[in-house]
Amino acid sequence: MDTIDLASQIRTLAAETIDAQGAPLRTITLAHLRHLAHRYNMPEREVAIAALANGVTPLRYLRNQKHYTTDDQIRLLGARVAVIGLGGLGGAVVEILARAGVGHFKLIDGDHFEEHNLNRQWLCTEARLGQSKAGSAALRIREIDPSLQVESHADYLTEANARSLIDGHDVVVDCLDSITVRFILEEAAQKAAIPMVSAAVAGLAGHVTTIFPQDAGLQLVYGSRSAIHNAQGAEQTLGCPPQTVALIAAAESAEVLNILVGRPQSLLRNRLWVLDLATYTFEVFSLV
Amino acid sequence: MPSDPATIDLRFFATLAPHTPPDASRYPIACGTTVGQLLDRLQVRSADAKLIFINGIKGDLDSTLQGGERVGIFPPVGGG
Repeated sequence: MDTIDLASQIRTLAAETIDAQGAPLRTITLAHLRHLAHRYNMPEREVAIAALANGVTPLRYLRNQKHYTTDDQIRLLGARVAVIGLGGLGGAVVEILARAGVGHFKLIDGDHFEEHNLNRQWLCTEARLGQSKAGSAALRIREIDPSLQVESHADYLTEANARSLIDGHDVVVDCLDSITVRFILEEAAQKAAIPMVSAAVAGLAGHVTTIFPQDAGLQLVYGSRSAIHNAQGAEQTLGCPPQTVALIAAAESAEVLNILVGRPQSLLRNRLWVLDLATYTFEVFSLV
Repeated sequence: MPSDPATIDLRFFATLAPHTPPDASRYPIACGTTVGQLLDRLQVRSADAKLIFINGIKGDLDSTLQGGERVGIFPPVGGG
């Protein structure tokens, strides 16, 4: 591939415009990116990265721009995220991360959609009842952006497969519904030296935290792993209504994006962001 | 304005919310009461109080209260 030629083609096809503050801005459409990907026989995602590197913003990312710089957007397109659990939290997390422009996904969930998932799991529709959650998440990402790289595994995470499933990723996202399996994921992430974002919901309450490999992690939230007798928590009593799931998934996604673009000062390491919609409580608690 | 030394601002979350006393924002305590004693008085099983926060910082059943603190108590939450 001739990168100089590609860069000049990108610049030729770019449209000149101005942003809301009146600053000049160059953008490129999806159709032009796709045309160049075909012409140069390269993945569309790489053409998007080349456009960004040449100061041309794919229109898809235009409204990300004041929050994410061009370098941030390039970093997101190159990032590898493993999402474990594609139910309520996971379904909303992949939707947000795919639209933000995360380039590579591994999606892990052995479950299938059932009717009682319809209340809160964005990927669960009547048409998808009985279908794989991981497979449905992959289809959804491809609907949003077919240039993103997606690998789905219709398997439950276990001690035997956890490490091989998450190796090589930049962040793992804990969207599980079992406290016991959360600990399995945490152990694998710590051994693989991968940061993990963990979230949980019950009724109108939920919490989010971020765990780096050297952090004390889930034991600060759930107590010692050996003392966990029940894999589930208050959600067994309170259920999981959709509004809590969406809010917590949004906060969990914000953490993932902050890790990927390197904003460590805003992370919830050793802290727990808690919300309770029953009282409109939003608070960050210190875990250490 | 200095806070009342003989009361705490007490919040129960999720399944523990029904244990919230009517005067939770100015709940009277004896100086030196532990969180464990507080939970006994409100008939909350200590095993259900998985997360205890005092003035925004993690505490435990043995943490003592002097009055004026904000106390938040959570059960284990694991849904996804």
